[in-house]
Amino acid sequence: MDMKVAKKKLGTKEKYRLMTRDLGWETTYQTKEDVFPYVGYEGIKIHDWDKWEDPFRLTMDSYWKYQAEKERKFYAIIDAHAQNNGHLNLTDARYLSALKIFLQAISPGEYAAHKGFARVGREFPGVGTQVACQMQAIDEIRHAQTQIHAMSNYNRYYNGFHAFADTRDRIWYTSVARSFFDDSMSAGPFEFMIAIGFSFEYVLTNLLFVPFMSGAAYNGDMATVTFGFSAQSDEARHMTLGLECIKFMLEQDPDNLPIVQEWIDKWFWRGFRVLGLVSTMMDYMLPKRVMSWREAWEIYGVENGGALFKDLARYGIKPPKGWDDAEKAIDHMSHQFMLGLYQWSFGTAFHSWIPSEDDMDWLSAKYPETFDKYYRPRWKHIKKLADAGTPFKNYGLAKLCQTCQLPCVFTEPDDPTLTCHRETVYKDETYHFCSDGCQHIFEHEPEKYVQAWLPMPQLFQDPIQGDLGEWMKWVSLIDGKDNGDYAGSEDQKNFETWRGMATSNQ
Amino acid sequence: MAVAAIKEYVGVPRDLVANFNGKQLVYASWDRHLLFAAPFLLCVPPEMPFGELVNGPLSMLVQADPDAAAIDWSTVEWLKANQPWTPDFSLSLAANGIGHKAQLRFRTAGVNTLSAKA
Repeated sequence: MDMKVAKKKLGTKEKYRLMTRDLGWETTYQTKEDVFPYVGYEGIKIHDWDKWEDPFRLTMDSYWKYQAEKERKFYAIIDAHAQNNGHLNLTDARYLSALKIFLQAISPGEYAAHKGFARVGREFPGVGTQVACQMQAIDEIRHAQTQIHAMSNYNRYYNGFHAFADTRDRIWYTSVARSFFDDSMSAGPFEFMIAIGFSFEYVLTNLLFVPFMSGAAYNGDMATVTFGFSAQSDEARHMTLGLECIKFMLEQDPDNLPIVQEWIDKWFWRGFRVLGLVSTMMDYMLPKRVMSWREAWEIYGVENGGALFKDLARYGIKPPKGWDDAEKAIDHMSHQFMLGLYQWSFGTAFHSWIPSEDDMDWLSAKYPETFDKYYRPRWKHIKKLADAGTPFKNYGLAKLCQTCQLPCVFTEPDDPTLTCHRETVYKDETYHFCSDGCQHIFEHEPEKYVQAWLPMPQLFQDPIQGDLGEWMKWVSLIDGKDNGDYAGSEDQKNFETWRGMATSNQ
Repeated sequence: MAVAAIKEYVGVPRDLVANFNGKQLVYASWDRHLLFAAPFLLCVPPEMPFGELVNGPLSMLVQADPDAAAIDWSTVEWLKANQPWTPDFSLSLAANGIGHKAQLRFRTAGVNTLSAKA
C-alpha cells in the first residue's frame, strides 16, 4: 500500500533564501555597470553586496498575508467611523487644520517615498536590498492610500480637504515637504537611502508621527488613530532598513564615511525644516494638546537621537552639523511659524486663529523663557487689531528660502529679535536662505537648487502675474471657505450646529 | 562639480529677471519688527524711484505695526545685501543699484514697541 508522504514544508530560513537571495543572477551578455548605471557616481564604494543583512527576513508571500489582514481591520473601522458620524466626536473642528496640513503636505510625501523606493529597488545591485526596498515601496503607497481614505470622510463635511493634490503641487506652505522629497528622489540611490531611509524614517519619524497620532487619539479622531496602528508595524521595518543601510555603507569602505556624514548633516537640517509645520500643529492646532513641541523634541530628538548618534560614533559618525542651531530654535520655531500662518491665512487651505488667553497661558507655561517675552506681545497686538475690526493680513507675501522653500520666518540662532538674513551669489544670480544650514546645502550643490520652483516668486510670473484671485483659482483654494480665520468660518458654524443636533434637543 | 550627476549638468534658474515681464523682485524688511513674519516680497519696475517704493508699497505694508507712524524715513539706517548703504530717494531702483532679488533692510533705532530686548 502506498503511503502519501506529506511534503516537508520549507523552513523560514530556507524560504527566505529561495525567495529573495536566490532570485538574483550574474549577468552574462551585459556588464554589471550597464545594468546598474546609477550605483557608482555618488562615490560610495561597496565590495560585497552579500554582506547586506535583512533582520526581518520577510518574503513576499507572508508580506501579502500580513498586509491583507491589516487592511481588513483598517477598513472595517473606517467604515464604522463614517457610518456613526465619527467626525462629531472630535474635540473641536479646529483640530481639522492639523489634519488638512497632514493631507496636503505629508500624505503626498508617502507617495513620493513609494516612487523613490521603487526606483532604488531597481538601482541597487544587491538582491536583499532590492527586495527590502520593493516591500517598502509597496508599504509607502499603501500608507498614502489609507491616509487619503481615512481623511476622505471629513471631505464630505468640511472645507479644505477637496483639492489636496493641487495644494501639494501649487500652494506655498506645502513646498517644504514637496521639495524635501523631490530633492531626495533626484539624488542617487545611496543618498536617497540616507535621506528617507535613515534621516526621515529613523531620526525624524517619531517627531512626525508619534505626536501626530497621539494628537489624533487625544482629539477623538479614530480614523487617523486607526491608520497609525495599521502603519506602525511597517514603520518598525522601515527604521530597521534605514539603520541597516547606513551601517552597511560604513562597514563596506572607510572612504564612505565623509560622504555619509555630509548627507546626514544635509538631511537632518532639511527634515528639521519640515518639522517646522509639525511644531505649529502640536503647539497651536490641537485643541487638546498631547505635549509641547519642546517636550517632544526632548524625548524623540535629544534622548533618542542622542542615543542613536552615540551608537554610530564607533563608525566615526558625528551628530548632524545643524544640531546646535536646531536646539536654539526649539523654543521659537512654532511661534514664529504660526504667526506667519495666521497673517497669510488668506492663502492657506486650512484655518488658523488667534490663541485664546487659556492657550497663551499654556504656551507660557511650556515656553517660560520665550513665549511671554517675545510672542505674547505680538499675539496681543494682533488680537487688538481683530477686535478693532481691522484683522491683520500681511499682503506683503514672503521671501522664501531657496533650499527649504519656507518663508524666511526664522531668527538668528543667538538673537530671537532679528530675522536671519543669508544670501549668496552664484553665476550672477542672488539667492536667499533662512539659515546657515540651508545656505550650506545650496553651496554644496548650487546647480541643483538654482532650479527650485518657489511658489511666491512664481506668483508674479506668467500666467498668474501677481493676481491673487487668479492664483486662488489655480491652487483650487475657495476664498471664504477654505481659508482665513477659524472664528466665523463655515467649518466652525457647521461643526457647532451638527454637534448641537447630536447632543441636545435644540 | 556643482552637483552630483552622472554627466555634465547645468541647471536653469526659475526666477530670472526676464521672467517677470519688465519688473523685478525686491525684498524688504524692518529689523526687529517681527510682527511681520518674514521679509516682504515686492514685484516692481526697476525704473520706479526709490522714494516711491518707500512711500508707496513699503509704507502701506508696515501700517499694522504700532511703530509705523513713528518712522522718520529721512533718518532710518539702511542695509543692502546686509551691508550699510545710503539710498537716493529721487533716483530709480536701478540707479540706486538695487538689482533683481536685492534684500533691503531698514532700522529705526529705539523704536521697538513689540520687540523684547535680545
